[in-house]
Amino acid sequence: MEIPITYYLYLSIIVFTIGLIGIFLNRKNLIVLLMSIELILLSANINFVSFSNYYQNIAGQIFVFFNLSIAAAEAAVGLAIIVIFFRKKDSIHVDDINILKG
Amino acid sequence: MTIFLFFIVSILIITSSLLVITSKNPIHSVLFLILVFFNTSILFLFSNAEFLAMVVLIVYIGAVAVLFLFVIMMLDINIAKLRQTFLNYLPIGLLVGFIILLELIYIVSQSKLNFTQKISINNNNISNQMLDNTKTIGNILYTDYFLLFQISGIILLVAMIGAIFLTIRKREGAKKQNIYKQILKK
Repeated sequence: MEIPITYYLYLSIIVFTIGLIGIFLNRKNLIVLLMSIELILLSANINFVSFSNYYQNIAGQIFVFFNLSIAAAEAAVGLAIIVIFFRKKDSIHVDDINILKG
Repeated sequence: MTIFLFFIVSILIITSSLLVITSKNPIHSVLFLILVFFNTSILFLFSNAEFLAMVVLIVYIGAVAVLFLFVIMMLDINIAKLRQTFLNYLPIGLLVGFIILLELIYIVSQSKLNFTQKISINNNNISNQMLDNTKTIGNILYTDYFLLFQISGIILLVAMIGAIFLTIRKREGAKKQNIYKQILKK
């Protein structure tokens, strides 16, 4: 039996909202914030793949590639920033990040 | 049967992504993130994207999640201290997230998607070429989307150089090669 596309859409909506709430609630740890961003990108990928299957068009799967490469680049640069921040302040608590405050 | 498997995989994705954002220990968060990625690759297999399922396994679990694990292992984070101000932002965050969830569910439930039949729009068709998924992706990716492919490679190169440049440390006493000095030496 074929899975309806709306099920995929509801699943990706729920994952997107969980990632968004993770960004809102997260006051403890920068790494979990990056993981929430990964969850949001993953929900976009689920949407792309399900619509690619629905319209029988391969372009959706190709855009998932670009999403993957951007997610990998973002994770690498974000984790590098976290590492140098930890070296400077000895903490990655979100409330400690106020160096740019004037 | 497929729909039963779909529900199992979706429930696993939702519960483990909830555990990603709520667990105390960041290591547990990364492990549940790996579970989310694995189940998503199973979901991609359901929608006929075999190559992308394997790419998600290799890139996300093999590279990104392991990178997260390495960084968490290198940073010495105090777990008890991290939970101090967690509940301050809980009501407003839950409110905003709930409103966004309701709006998105409303949009999808009002949509005119006819999910009983599949539509084919143009000639980038999956089914009329008798090729497998990987070959189809290759045929489109290296012809129509070649420029975007090159640009994403450049973005990855810039990210690599940026990560190396950010984390390089200039310490006193560390031996380092100075190429200009070495070349200009008589």
